[in-house]
Formats: sequence, structure tokens, C-alpha cells
Amino acid sequence: MDVLAATEGASSFPLLNYLIAIPAVGAIVVALLPKSRSDLARPVGAMFAAAAGAMSLYLMVSFDAADPGFQFESLQSWIPDLGISWHVGVDGISLWLVVLTGLITPIVLLGVDPHHDPKPYTAWLLMLQAGSFGAFVSLDLFLFFVMFEIVLVPMYMLIGGWGYDDRRYAATKFFLYTMAGSGLMLVAIVSVAVLSSGGGHDLTFDVVALAERQALTTTTARWCFAAFALAFVIKVPVVPVHTWLPDAHTQAPTAGSVVLAAVMLKLGTYGLLRFGLYLFPEASVWLGPTLVTLGVIGVIYGAIVATMQKDLKRLVAYSSVAHMGFIVLGLFAFTPESIGGGVLQMVNHGLSTGALFLLVGMIYERRKTRQIAELKGLQTAAPRFAAVFTVVMLSSIGVPGLNGFVGEFLILIGSFHTRRWWTVIAATGVILAALYLLWAYQRVFHGEPTAEDTATPDIHLREVLVLAPFLAGIVFLGIYPKPLLERIEPAVDRLIGHVEAHSDYQRPDPAAPVMVEHHDSGDEHHDSGDEHHDSGDEHHDSGDEHGEGE
Amino acid sequence: MLELVWLIPALPLLGFVALLIGGRRLGEPRAGWLATAASAGSFGATLVVFAGLLGLDAHGDRAFTQVLFEWLPVGSLEVEAGFLVDSLSITMGLFVTGVGTLIHLYSIGYMHGDPRFSKFFVYLNLFLFSMLMLVFGNNLVVTFLGWEGVGACSYFLISFWHTRDSAATAGKKAFVTNRVGDWGFMVATFLIWTTLGTVTYTEIAASPAMAATTGTAVSLLLLVAAAGKSAQLPLYVWLPDAMEGPTPVSAMVHAATMVTSGVYLLVRMNSVLTDDALLVIAIVGAATALFAALCAVAQHDIKKVLAYSTVSQLGYMFLAIGSGAYVAAIFHMVTHAFFKGLLFLGSGSVIHGMHDEQDMRKMGALRALMPITGLTFIVGWLAIAGVPPFSGFWSKDEILLAAWEQPDIGWLLWLVGLVTALLTAYYMSRQVFLVFFGQQRWDDGVHPHESSWTMTLPLVLLAGASIAGGVINLPLVSDWLFLEHFLEPIFAHPHHFTSGTATKVTLAVIAVGAGAVGIGFAVMVWLKGRVSSERLEPTFLENAMYVDATFARVAGGPGTRAFQATADTDATVVDGAVNGVGWLVQRFGELIRPAQSGLLRNYAIGVAIGAVGLIVWFVTRVAM
Repeated sequence: MDVLAATEGASSFPLLNYLIAIPAVGAIVVALLPKSRSDLARPVGAMFAAAAGAMSLYLMVSFDAADPGFQFESLQSWIPDLGISWHVGVDGISLWLVVLTGLITPIVLLGVDPHHDPKPYTAWLLMLQAGSFGAFVSLDLFLFFVMFEIVLVPMYMLIGGWGYDDRRYAATKFFLYTMAGSGLMLVAIVSVAVLSSGGGHDLTFDVVALAERQALTTTTARWCFAAFALAFVIKVPVVPVHTWLPDAHTQAPTAGSVVLAAVMLKLGTYGLLRFGLYLFPEASVWLGPTLVTLGVIGVIYGAIVATMQKDLKRLVAYSSVAHMGFIVLGLFAFTPESIGGGVLQMVNHGLSTGALFLLVGMIYERRKTRQIAELKGLQTAAPRFAAVFTVVMLSSIGVPGLNGFVGEFLILIGSFHTRRWWTVIAATGVILAALYLLWAYQRVFHGEPTAEDTATPDIHLREVLVLAPFLAGIVFLGIYPKPLLERIEPAVDRLIGHVEAHSDYQRPDPAAPVMVEHHDSGDEHHDSGDEHHDSGDEHHDSGDEHGEGE
Repeated sequence: MLELVWLIPALPLLGFVALLIGGRRLGEPRAGWLATAASAGSFGATLVVFAGLLGLDAHGDRAFTQVLFEWLPVGSLEVEAGFLVDSLSITMGLFVTGVGTLIHLYSIGYMHGDPRFSKFFVYLNLFLFSMLMLVFGNNLVVTFLGWEGVGACSYFLISFWHTRDSAATAGKKAFVTNRVGDWGFMVATFLIWTTLGTVTYTEIAASPAMAATTGTAVSLLLLVAAAGKSAQLPLYVWLPDAMEGPTPVSAMVHAATMVTSGVYLLVRMNSVLTDDALLVIAIVGAATALFAALCAVAQHDIKKVLAYSTVSQLGYMFLAIGSGAYVAAIFHMVTHAFFKGLLFLGSGSVIHGMHDEQDMRKMGALRALMPITGLTFIVGWLAIAGVPPFSGFWSKDEILLAAWEQPDIGWLLWLVGLVTALLTAYYMSRQVFLVFFGQQRWDDGVHPHESSWTMTLPLVLLAGASIAGGVINLPLVSDWLFLEHFLEPIFAHPHHFTSGTATKVTLAVIAVGAGAVGIGFAVMVWLKGRVSSERLEPTFLENAMYVDATFARVAGGPGTRAFQATADTDATVVDGAVNGVGWLVQRFGELIRPAQSGLLRNYAIGVAIGAVGLIVWFVTRVAM
């Protein structure tokens, strides 16, 4: 197999295998701890999670920014008769999700108190980390499916075991809903492998091989893509298959909510990119307008429903629906800016929404309520806590200088090329985002505090330490996102090239930037004749997959 | 010297960071002095950069770009974190840092005794930083950074006394309304980038013109953006409410600097504005000017008068832009910053001296008790009323002339501007007479007193600027048009007045006459009491023609109901469907549960029936 030959030499040390193995082993170690020493569970677990986190950082540092392909690849035969192999690798797209997973798990493990049964709690969180790593680095469809399903179990257990009043309902709903989607995906995975195999001679589940082969007929590919897409849009989630999310988020323990928002939702958008655009370029272009429409509906709908929520956690959950809608728009606008922005926004959303869930969790710890109506004037009682909340809120609103803006702006400006009117509508989401967050902030933090509010303690040092990495990321990515962008871009560029090669989509040719000297504000160059238009503005055929020919 | 431009925003940023970390420890008044020093340093840096710019050849292109780093490099998009120094940005920079420093100084006195004294200066420095990013950014996205930054700071500052519900609500309203404008800014940026392939100002200015429809679309989107920030119809509604903030905030953010951002943006983007769009801008400006002046006539709150007055004066600037007279817009922006900053600070001094009383009906005869405040306020009044030779006369005169010279409806625009001038002279005279002249009307126990020197010094300096500010652009001799000659290179279509001297003088005389009528009428009513003031403060105008109230009613009524209906639909229909499926599966399961009886005999019968059925099926198929 050519793929085998190409990569065997490259991976001297199977870093990614260890990345998955460390937290998995950690989970077993923690589970085997004697019951009498369950106080050791979190420290020991955090060590394993942090080791994996450090490894993900090492991965980031030694990642070759110029290489658009998969790096740190490892390929071992697993079930050779069926063409199933253990094939893992990262590119500029998955790299950041791996890093995000690597960093967030140890933080929440250390920073959020489960209150009871720390042993299984820690073990499940480590399982979740291992499974998420696996899902993000899998380059074999079968392996991916296994990982994609594995992560459901720990999350189900975390919600059901450590959640709030309605946890069983929420956990079951979460599990069944996601399973329903992935059931169809399994059928599609088998179909893709079998139908691409040329009558069974060359059966493989290898993603790279299948993507290069493009052996399916147009119709088959479209059906298969639809099945994949359904599984992923449930995970994202996209309206109207989103209602498991508010329940799961609200009932999950804080750590669960944070990982769910920061990592698990990204499995959906990442899946759309890796297994949608990459495996089914033509079908992605075909179904693009539908998905973009759903994404934009999510932006507006999620924001409107968020505005009316009475529970802070539900509000944040619906804001997630809106934010993830932006990402879906970006992915299916097929421009380097929009997809690059989409990938970046996956990280940004993880930071800002993750931090929001942590903050809401801290409020709950203090007041045993998340009801907006039961809180008032907290800024007077806890000014530092309010300041941190404000920064995270502004990041979520998308104020420039903070990370949320960068992703949102890139998504929108890139999408404007090919999905003009969708973008114009989606951009109104920024007004609504300000509305629901500021209104909630006003009701919770402003106003005259009651005696109970005044007794609310301000932020502790431990909480500051938990939030500090989030705040650092929020500010850093807002000011200097270049290190991420320059690693994301080559992979995205290659992916778009792949789509162009296998469909009739062509990325818009950007109007050639006018080159002038910087010392030049020259009005003499200026020709105001309106008849001299150089760019086609007349054909507003926005939104079709051919894009706007500029 | 030009290389020091980064220092201009960096100093307030440094002040912000320092105060954020150690502000509370520094305490009062040192935190205030630190912030003021940062602002003054920024002003000094601007002066140095200004000198550097003057050192460049006046006949070449006087511009300097400094790029710090690549901010958003993806695909074909290249956004730098960079600064552009040219005549426009340096003009803005000078008065923003200059007036800003005075207001910082003033705030030390005004915020005296506030438990969150240092926090106030945290916001003030952050605001100044954002404003300078807005002004000096070398591309639309960096300007947008400042644009949103000043919006956020405005939110913090309006709701500074956040335990008051009205202040908290006003802050939120300002932010959300501004976001409507920001939407316009963003979409305009997208359209410019996809059409011209750049977001950098110098490259946009050098680009060939866009197609007419695109150009107009871009212009109108920029107008939406500008109308949000600069409080034009119909997005002005947040500004009168913004008076909930401390008075220095009203002076700095909501009179002198932030609200002029929209004017700056339109002037900066002058090369893309189409004629159709300019006409719309002129109409919006004229309508806003008149509307707000009418509202100002009937206000009782000392700051509300000034708030509507600000909206009205901003309308003048939009009228100037719409008439193509960009220099007049900038000229008026500068003089307005002086006299409106002065008037707001003066009103703050009055409020301070009156122990937080803002109702003008409870003031009167304060001139003797607050001599410096009174005298400087009178200077501001004369300047805004267009009395020659005060600064406001010169700048307003240019706008009216430019409007007059417009084709077709120029006379109408001019007439609206003239009526506005009359109303301005009237409502400002009313304010001065109610506050500083006439009878004492304050409650017992109030002892009005003059403010401390940190507050009166800025008043005196701004009064000086309000008197003499006109010298930067005197139309008497062509050589004295410093501002016009300085700014001219940045315009795609430099504006030239076509009227002869006779017309100019006639129009000026009429304008002065209108001002005199306004002042004279106010004297009769509010000073001498010869004319009854009844019916001169109609409720309709006091409530600003119910525009805001209507918005509020729609948002609070049908708007909220529609949102609630959506949320209810989500809970019942969308989620209901999901639970419905779950329910169906359960029911179906119960239905077929008897089949799993565990009785072997039943299963055997089932198998037998199935087998027979299969055989029958095969036989019949083969037979056919």
C-alpha cells in the first residue's frame, strides 16, 4: 500500500499513540486505586492528564508549519482482512483541537471539585481525554468511529453520575440522540469502504486512501455524505437537532459542561471538515447551501432563544448553538479565510464558552442557583469576579482585541465571497449576542444587591489560577493569532484544493490588491468615474457553490 | 519623530494596565494623576509626531505608515496592526488627546470621594487607548478594534454607577444600539474587501472607483455605522440616555471624542462615497440637526439639553460631509469638541456645586456664586450660538455655505441648518439664563459653591480654545485656511466654495441674524419674562417626539413576545418532537413486547408461519 510506504519512515516515535495511551492508562490506574485512597484519584489523574497536555504542547512546538499534510503519522495494521488499520496523524486543523483537549482536561480535573466519588469521576474524565484525542487524530474511518463512540460513554457517566436534578433524563437524551446519528454514519462508513473497494479487491477504511480514490458515484457519495453530515450536525449541534445540548449542558457537572463545549462539540465541526469536505468534496459542495442555511438559522435562532432563558447555564448553552452556527457557515463557504476562521473559532469557542461554564459553575458553588432572577448586584459584592466575567463575556460577544472577534470576523469576511446574503444575515448575530449577554449581565451583576447577594464571596486564588489560562488565551489569540493561523492555513488550503479538484467549485479569485507605496495617499491616482468598475457587482448570484466571480 | 506614533496609544494602554493592577492601591488621588499623566504623555507624543509630519514635504504626500505586526493574515486577507499618520489622523489625535487630558484632570476633582475612584480612571485610560486606535489605525479592521473598544468603554462608563438600574440599562442600550451600527461597519468592510481586495486606507484611496451600485451600498453601510456611533437618526436613541454616566464621561465620550468617530470614518472613507450616498448623508444630517434642536428646546435636565444639542451639532457635521465639505465637518468637529466639552464640564461643575441637582428649574442666579464656571459657560454659549468671532461661528458658517451651494435641494438644507442655528441660540440662551441668571430657585440646604482648581482649570483652557479656535481655519484670507490646506491632500475630491464674496457675506449675516433672533427671544422669555414661557416647553418635544418611547414599546411588547414565542416553540415543538419520538419508540416497544413471551411453542409457531409464507412467496414468484 502506497500510504504505508510513504509514512513508515516518517514516524520514528509514535507520539500520537502515546498521546492516546497515557490518559487511557491513567484511567485504568485511577480505577485500580484502593477505595481507601480515593483522595489520590484527582492528583494522580491530573498528572496523567497533564502529561498528555504537555505532550500535546510538544506536538504543537515541533509541528512543521509549512507542511500542509499529516504529521506524526503512525500506521499499523489492525484487522488486515477488512483493510482496517490503526492510522493516526495530525495536520494544522486537528493540531489545535488536540492541544485544546490536552490543556483543558487537566485544568478542569484540578480546578473543579466533583464533591463525591472522585475516583470514577477522574477515570471517566481521563477516558474522555483519550477518546477525544483518538477521534481528532484518527485517519481510519473504523478507528474514528470507535473513538467517536467511546467518548459518549464517559460523558454519559459524568452527566448521569455527577450532574444535577434532571441528570438521568439529560444523560439518556444525550446518549440516544447522538447514537441515532452515528448509527447511520456506521452504515455510511461501511458503504464507503465497500463501494470504494473495486469489488472487494482493495478494501480499506483508510481516510487518506479513500479521499484520494474518490471511487464512489456522485449519487452514492451524496447519500453517504448525508449520513455522515447527520451524525455530525447532531454533535455540533445545528438547529433543529440541537435540543439535547441545553439539557446536557445544564444538567452536566461543571467539568462535563466545559469539556462538552470545548472539546466534544468540535467533534461535529471537525468531522464535517475531515470526513465531509475531505471524503466527499462534491457532495459537500452539493449540500453546502443547506448546511450554510442551517448554520445561519442557528446563529439567529440560538441567540433569540438564549435571550429568553431564565437559567444562566441554559443561556450559555444556547449561545453555543449560535456560535457553532458561525463555524458551520464558515466551513461550507469554502474560502481559506472562512474555513481558517472556522477552525480558529473552534478553539476560540472552547476558550470563551469553556470559561463561561466555569464561571457559571462558580456562581452555582456560591449560591446553589443558576436562576438569573435569583441573583442581583454581584458586581458590588464580587468586583474581581465580575471583571473576569466581563472579559469572557466580551470575548463571547466578539469584541475586537479578544479572541472571539478574530474567528468570527474571518468566518464572515471569507463567507461574504461565496455566501453573501447568508453572511449579511449572520452578521446581525453580533447584535443579538450583545443583547443576550449584556442583558443577563445586567440582571446578575448590576443593580442594588440584596443581603444574600452581598454575602457572595469574591473570586478565590484557586479559581483565578483555573481561569488564568483561559484569559491568557482569550487575550493572546485576540491580539496575535498568527501562530495558529499560519499552521491552520496550509492544511485548509490543501483541503480547498482537494474540493476544487473533485468538484466544479472554484474558490473566488480575490480582486488583485492595488499595490501602492505606504507613503502614498495620492488623490491623483483617483478616478471617480463610476463607469470604470473593475469588479462585477451586478451578478448577485451569491450562495451558489460557484461563488461570486470577482 | 514619526516613528513614535506607536507611543500615542501605548501610553494610555500602559496607564490602563498599571491602574488595573495597582489602581486600588494607589488610591485617590494618585490613580487619577497617573491616568492624567498617561494622557498628557500621549498628547506630548502626538505633538512630536505632528512636528514630524510637518517636517515632510507639504507638496508631496504627507503620510507615514508604521506596521507593528501581522494581525490577521489568512488566504488573501492581510490585516496588519499598523498606524497611519496623515493630516486627518493627526488633527483628530491632537484634539482627542488634548481635550482628553483636560477631562482626565477635571475628573480628579469631579470623582473625588467616589468609592470606585481608581476604577473610573481605568476605564478612562482604556477609552483613550481605544479612541486613538480608532483614529490612527491604518486599516478598517484596526479602526474597528478602536470603534468597538470605545463602544465597550462607553458601556462601562455609562453604567459606572451600576447599582442604579437606569444607569445599567442606559449602558446596555448604548452598546446594543451601537452594535447595529457595527453591523454596518462589518458588512461595509466585507464588501470593500471583496471588491477592492484590501482593507488598508491608503490602498482603498488609491483604488479605482467601485461600480456605482457597490459604491453606494458601501457608502450607505458606512452611514449606518456612522449613524450608530455619532447618534444620528434613527440610531441616536442611546445618547440622551448615556447622560446617566458621570459628567466627565458625557464631556469626553459623548460630546468631544467618541461620538465624532462616525464623522471621522466618513471623512476617512471619502474616496468611496458616491454622490447618491452623499445626498442621503446630507439629508440624515440636516434632519437630525433640526430634530434634536427641537427636542433640546423643552428639556429640563441640564445635561439632557446638552445631549440633544450634541446630537444636533453632529447632524451639522453630517450635513457638511453630505455637502462634500469635509474640511468644514472636521473644523466643526474640533470647535465643537472645545465648546461642547466646555459646556459639559461646566454643567458638571454646576451639578457638583449644587449637590447633584440636574433640574434647571431648581437653579438660577449661579453666576455670582460660581464665577469661573459661569463665565466660561457663557463663553461656550456664545461659541455654540454662532456669535462672531467665537469659534462656533466660523465652523457653522462654513457648513451652512456648503449646504447652500448644493444643487437642487441645497436651499432647503441651508434653511434647515439656519432654523437649527436659530433654535440652538435659543435653547442655549434659555439654559444659560435658567442656570446662571434670574432668581435663586434651589431648595433650602443647598449651598452652591465653586469647584476646585482641577475642575476650573480645564474650564478656563477650553474657554480659551472656544474663543480662539476659529483661527485654525479663518476664511478671511486664503493663507489663513490652515486646516483646509493641511487636510486637502487626503480628499479624493477637494471641495471648493463657488459662491462670490457677496453671497458669502450675505449668508453669514443672515446666520448671525438668526442667532440674534434666537438669543433675543430667549432674553424676552427667560431673562426679562416679557413673554410667557407657557407652551414653549411642549410635552411632545420634552419626550423627544416619542421616537425613543415608540422603539421601547415595540421592543418591550411585540419584540419580547416574538422572542418568547420562539423560545417556547423551541421547548415545546422542536424539543417536543424529539421527546415525541422517544415516546413513540417506548409505546411501540410495549406494543410488541408480548411477542417476546419466552414460550418456545409461540416462537415455533412463528417460525413455522414464516417458513410457510416464504415458501408460498417463492413458489408464486417462480410460477409467474
